[in-house]
Amino acid sequence: MRVLILFAHPFPKRSRVHQRLRQVIQEVPEIKIREIYELYPDFHIDIKKEQKALLEADVLIFQHPLYWYSCPSLMKEWMDTVLEKGFAYGEGGTALHGKYWMQTLTTRGPESGYQREGYNHFTVAEFLRPFEQTARLCGMIPLEPFLVQGVGRISDEELERIARAYRDLIEAIKKDQLPKPYQTF
Amino acid sequence: MSSHSFLIQSIIYLGAAILTVPITQRLGLGSVIGYLLAGIIIGPYGLKFIQSGEDVLHFAEFGVVLLLFLIGLELNPKKLWELRKAIIGAGASQVLICCAIFTGLGLYAGQTFSLSLVAAMGFSLSSTAIALQLLQDRRILKIPSGETAFSVLLFQDLAVIPMLTLLSLMAPVISPDQGSPWIRLLKSIAAISTIVVAGYWVFRPIFRWIASTRVRELITGFSLFLVIGIATLMESVGLSMALGTFLAGVILAESEYRHELEVDIEPFKGLLLGLFFMSVGMSVNFGVILSEPQWVAVIVLTLVSIKLIALAVVGKLFGLSIRDIPVFAITLSQGGEFAFVLFSQGQQLGILPSETANLLVSSIALSMVTTPFLMMAEEKWLEPQYNWISKRKTQARAEPVPMESQEKPVIIAGFGRFGQTIGRLLHSRRIRMTILDHDPNQVELVRRFGWKAFYGDITRLELLKVAGAEQAKLLILAIGDMEAAFNTALLARKHFPDLRILVRVNSRPDAYRFINHGFEVFRETFGSSLEMAQQALQHLGYSAYEARKTTLQFREYDLKLLKKGAMHEHDLDTLISMAKKEREDLRNLMEDDELRLIAQIEDG
Repeated sequence: MRVLILFAHPFPKRSRVHQRLRQVIQEVPEIKIREIYELYPDFHIDIKKEQKALLEADVLIFQHPLYWYSCPSLMKEWMDTVLEKGFAYGEGGTALHGKYWMQTLTTRGPESGYQREGYNHFTVAEFLRPFEQTARLCGMIPLEPFLVQGVGRISDEELERIARAYRDLIEAIKKDQLPKPYQTF
Repeated sequence: MSSHSFLIQSIIYLGAAILTVPITQRLGLGSVIGYLLAGIIIGPYGLKFIQSGEDVLHFAEFGVVLLLFLIGLELNPKKLWELRKAIIGAGASQVLICCAIFTGLGLYAGQTFSLSLVAAMGFSLSSTAIALQLLQDRRILKIPSGETAFSVLLFQDLAVIPMLTLLSLMAPVISPDQGSPWIRLLKSIAAISTIVVAGYWVFRPIFRWIASTRVRELITGFSLFLVIGIATLMESVGLSMALGTFLAGVILAESEYRHELEVDIEPFKGLLLGLFFMSVGMSVNFGVILSEPQWVAVIVLTLVSIKLIALAVVGKLFGLSIRDIPVFAITLSQGGEFAFVLFSQGQQLGILPSETANLLVSSIALSMVTTPFLMMAEEKWLEPQYNWISKRKTQARAEPVPMESQEKPVIIAGFGRFGQTIGRLLHSRRIRMTILDHDPNQVELVRRFGWKAFYGDITRLELLKVAGAEQAKLLILAIGDMEAAFNTALLARKHFPDLRILVRVNSRPDAYRFINHGFEVFRETFGSSLEMAQQALQHLGYSAYEARKTTLQFREYDLKLLKKGAMHEHDLDTLISMAKKEREDLRNLMEDDELRLIAQIEDG
């Protein structure tokens, strides 16, 4: 599988967790990473370029912090502009059919907050539904997300463990060992 | 003429015009009647200040020549080609029909064939000066009826050539200096070719050379020289002067000096045309009119009515709507100034006896007087019937004169490095612009790159007008001369309040000046410097996004500082201390902003 990671974080250097996650995937050869806040600081996305990158991948991974229960705005801009009618969906829009889609997500709050009784009132899975559905409409197969929650409270050892787990996951995907398909309905 | 009497004459002419024209304007009769009246008053049948109007008439005919030149300038060959159907169709029909009818009437009245024909030819032509004035005044040059009227006028101008030729063929005595028709034809072709060649290849380099001297009067002088030269050339081969200058105008319409020529020639045309109409007034022979009033009345009435009917028929045949026909017909219903030329030639060649010539000339002059009245009547009585005055007014507002500029919402003044970038962006969005520059070399250069740029001095109000400032939405002042830009901005704002003005400024003090007068400024190098600074930050370890945000933040603060600084425009000490303080403040401000952003990322 060819893996493409779309990384969206406005200030990655300020985030310990994202720094580490970012470093760790770099250790896996032949993984393509597109850091969109670095590529498009003025929010003017090169649609053709992005689409070309998508065509050359089998697995697309959105890697980003959860901002207001969604992704950072540039990622949304990316979705709004790159997933064009006639490319990703609609008549003739079959470019992404059969590809896999995954999210690597970090949240500030702990898992306990993301429950019906918790202060976020909904689970992460419920918040991720727009993404899940987006992938489905584009004919992609959603895979289980990789979640890192409660990032403020993670110790360095814990972070190391997570980073290694993530690297193993990516390597496995590369070797066609995919995580479970993901369906929340 | 001694200089003494020249001065006295000038006072008489000018004084008469100053007296009568404002009155007739106020009465809604237009300026033409005013000039005619002035001429009548000071002429041999009025206060007898001027004894003979003929010399002046010849001189003032030149006003018509200039008028045709300006008209040619505003046309372009493409437009001319577009109008060819109307010109040949409506124009030819009108002239032929009228000629036929009037010749028939002449024969019926017992006159000879040649006399009837000459009279008919003169009657069938309309007054370019009056008709165009009317069309321009009422802003209907762009509407189908206006365009058709214009096409007819154009054809009439062309028709003068065969008419004059016919005239000389009819003469009982062939004057020796005319030579055989074949030689004349050759000479005509040679003259016209000269004009075409000179227009395309010779004139522009010369103009560029003169324009680069930046001596205002020379440029004006050369424009006049050009027009006079062409007119003289045409006259020497027996062709219509007006046609020659019209042709030259059409050829030069595409050149970069079009606007400059318009601006230079316009005032002369105005004065000379006024003089022309005054001399027409003077040549109205009241002696003849008073001795044979019934003949004159009959002729004038017949002339105008037949033309009205014939024009209405032609208009209908060529697709004008019922509503447009009255205006179309009235505009062309009078006799024209070329008739004077024809009749005087006819008299010289012995075809017309002089009393007849006088009678005809006076009839033509009187017929000119009828037109403004007819127009007034049309407006007051006919239009309310049709109930579309408001419709025409909005049409007029939406399609004003001049013909070229109405779809060009943008004027770019200054097409150097700054203006060109703007021009290229606008062009890429198919926005049409009028491009002006004051450097003839620059104009020539960008023209070679395919830009339709014009030479002109934007600080002149006439140029702004001619460039379409009245209709345009936006004036982009991209010139480097700050003083000129300032004057132009003030001038433009005063005369064209609806025109939005964007100003390029070179330095901060320039910026202050314009800001304090309420103009929108754009510093010449600010944008590019910031772009480079942003890149610099990235190379110094900032992420692309951080560099961008920092730059945008800085930009915002700097704009605020600019406005603040403007308040102390003339106080250098305050500006200095302000600048120092703000540099320090800015560091703190930017740091605070950064901290704020980071605080959002509680991530450890």
